Amino acid sequence: MTAMAALPISTPIPAPIVTAVAGLGAPASLADGANGWRATALRRFAACGLPTRRLEAWKYTDLSSLQGIDFQPAAADLRLADDHPLPQLADQPGHRLVFADGVLQPALSACTPAAGLDVGRLADWLSAADAAAELGAAGEPSPMVALNAALASDGLRLSTAPGIAVDRPVELVFIGGLGEAATASHPRHRIELAAGSSATLIEVHAGGGDGCYLANHVGEITIGEHARLRHVIVQTEGATAYHIASRFVSVAADGRYEAFTLTASGRLTRNEVTVSLNGPGAACVLAGAYLLRDREHCDTTTIIEHRAPHTSCREVFKGVLDGASRGVFQGRIVVHRGAQKIDGHQLSKALLLSDAAEVDQKPELEIYADDVKCSHGAAAGQLDADELFYLRSRGIPEEQARRLLIEGFLVDVFDEVTDDAVRAALFAHARRWFAAPGGPQR
Amino acid sequence: MLTIENLHVAVDGRSILSGFDLDVGPGEVHAIMGPNGSGKSTLSYVLAGRDGYDVTAGRVQLDGQDLLAMAPEERAAAGLFLAFQYPVEIPGVANATFLRQSLNAVRKARGLDELDAMQFLKSARARMKLLGMTDEMLKRSVNTGFSGGEKKRNEVLQMTLLEPRLAILDETDSGLDVDALRIVADGVNGLRAPDRSFVVITHYQRLLDYIVPDRVHILARGRIVRSGGEDLAREVERTGYADYLAPAA
Repeated sequence: MTAMAALPISTPIPAPIVTAVAGLGAPASLADGANGWRATALRRFAACGLPTRRLEAWKYTDLSSLQGIDFQPAAADLRLADDHPLPQLADQPGHRLVFADGVLQPALSACTPAAGLDVGRLADWLSAADAAAELGAAGEPSPMVALNAALASDGLRLSTAPGIAVDRPVELVFIGGLGEAATASHPRHRIELAAGSSATLIEVHAGGGDGCYLANHVGEITIGEHARLRHVIVQTEGATAYHIASRFVSVAADGRYEAFTLTASGRLTRNEVTVSLNGPGAACVLAGAYLLRDREHCDTTTIIEHRAPHTSCREVFKGVLDGASRGVFQGRIVVHRGAQKIDGHQLSKALLLSDAAEVDQKPELEIYADDVKCSHGAAAGQLDADELFYLRSRGIPEEQARRLLIEGFLVDVFDEVTDDAVRAALFAHARRWFAAPGGPQR
Repeated sequence: MLTIENLHVAVDGRSILSGFDLDVGPGEVHAIMGPNGSGKSTLSYVLAGRDGYDVTAGRVQLDGQDLLAMAPEERAAAGLFLAFQYPVEIPGVANATFLRQSLNAVRKARGLDELDAMQFLKSARARMKLLGMTDEMLKRSVNTGFSGGEKKRNEVLQMTLLEPRLAILDETDSGLDVDALRIVADGVNGLRAPDRSFVVITHYQRLLDYIVPDRVHILARGRIVRSGGEDLAREVERTGYADYLAPAA
């Protein structure tokens, strides 16, 4: 189906607004006008434009290089060959949805129906009347979220019935950069776990060609009481890919959100997640590893809102930076008034393999309650010369010794992944990064 | 086997070794004793190839090869082993992974087949048993959280696995109680062979009761000032090093 056909089009949109989104993946039909929530989102984006470094939240990540690129949406009939090699993580996903430059690939996707699990597409739902209120609401302050709302055409809609434990993971595979022209997609996902249910969602993002692309994802995740979502994200994007993801997670009492993100390539990656812990016993674990080389840039921005007493969060991020790459970690933890008995733990560590690599780490605690346990730590360093010499004095060649030490630095963050098979698959990705040509460089 | 001639070493422009000579024949055990600051640790690090030591003159040969021209890993492959005074802790790297990669790197460089996981474990466990080490020490990170005695046993374990031509023991007795000292010394003595030599660096004579040297040298002011048999160690234990610290006449 042609996803954009779902765009409600009527009122003319003023030319400056159309100009503001031109080259960011807006369909030509937009010039004819759009009404309702899309128009609202368009106006909101046009009012601020792409985020600049003058915005505190974007201080360390510069999107200005996006301006010079003329991104277009991929053709709605883009189809990969049936035997196209698929990057995948799960052994036996219950559902797999494959998107190429944002366009669903029905022939490569597969679903095994499971009781109490509803998996669908945003595109099928956009035309429904209630789309407007929901899509317009999230992420008011962020220009990239507004841009996504204005241009979103497809994505995942997942919901579970109360008490259902979904045993096989749902896997989303995004392949980008297939064409020669620069392509933009704005996928939008909505995940709702009813009370007492649990599920695993895996996202695999990979470059599939040499083309430049922008993937601007937005995820809205609602976790009910006593529900649990495990969310694993692997990013091996193309060398000229821009990946910007904004996730909004709300967790009810005794609910749990566990996310692990591995970023192993991509020109510029921004993973922003906002978790709101809304009821007593709500908890989240945010963990991840980023492996950067050349001029790659990876920004991890987390905002955790403790809105109820007895909520807890745990954050562990580790980065390995080579070449002239740059890492950013912004971790904000807000403990709201009256949210007592909070347990918060945040750790961000970076290993710099070259003098030109750089990391900016900014922990931020905002605490408006007095009975709170919150700790945070940030560290950046280089490989230890004594450790390297010790290994070499035992006959281990220098490159091998460096790899061993880098693995030793990273390994414990993977312990945050609870599933053994998934952990092994993620670590194998990290190993491939070590073994890639030129890296880790001396 | 090991020949050191007129070795001069400086650290940050400061002369530490000046005119050091030593000749160790096959199967011999030489002890080097000396006061703190005499250059004992510098000697061991220079021989193993650590950065930060400027060799300003002299040469070192191991089995006729120019040791100073080699990278640290090449020296290990050539048969040099340094048991560290302070073994380095490496968090995150399992001891078993480290030992196996070390052993296989050295075996490969020496033209021997690499060991698979099972062969390695069998070999390591047999040696660990003799050193009173538990299996659990294979799973832990290298030296991380090990007691002083466990670290030194781990050093001797590596030595027994790598089967060096020349082993340098740098203050291996420091931090060991008598029982641990005996176990470590037994490990070393078990390795003594006609084609394997040892240089035992120590401040105290105590270790030499367990590892009996063929020759004892006193290192002071950057060079060997006196050499003798094992009696010399006992003499130094009685008289101290003060006599050797005075400037040369």
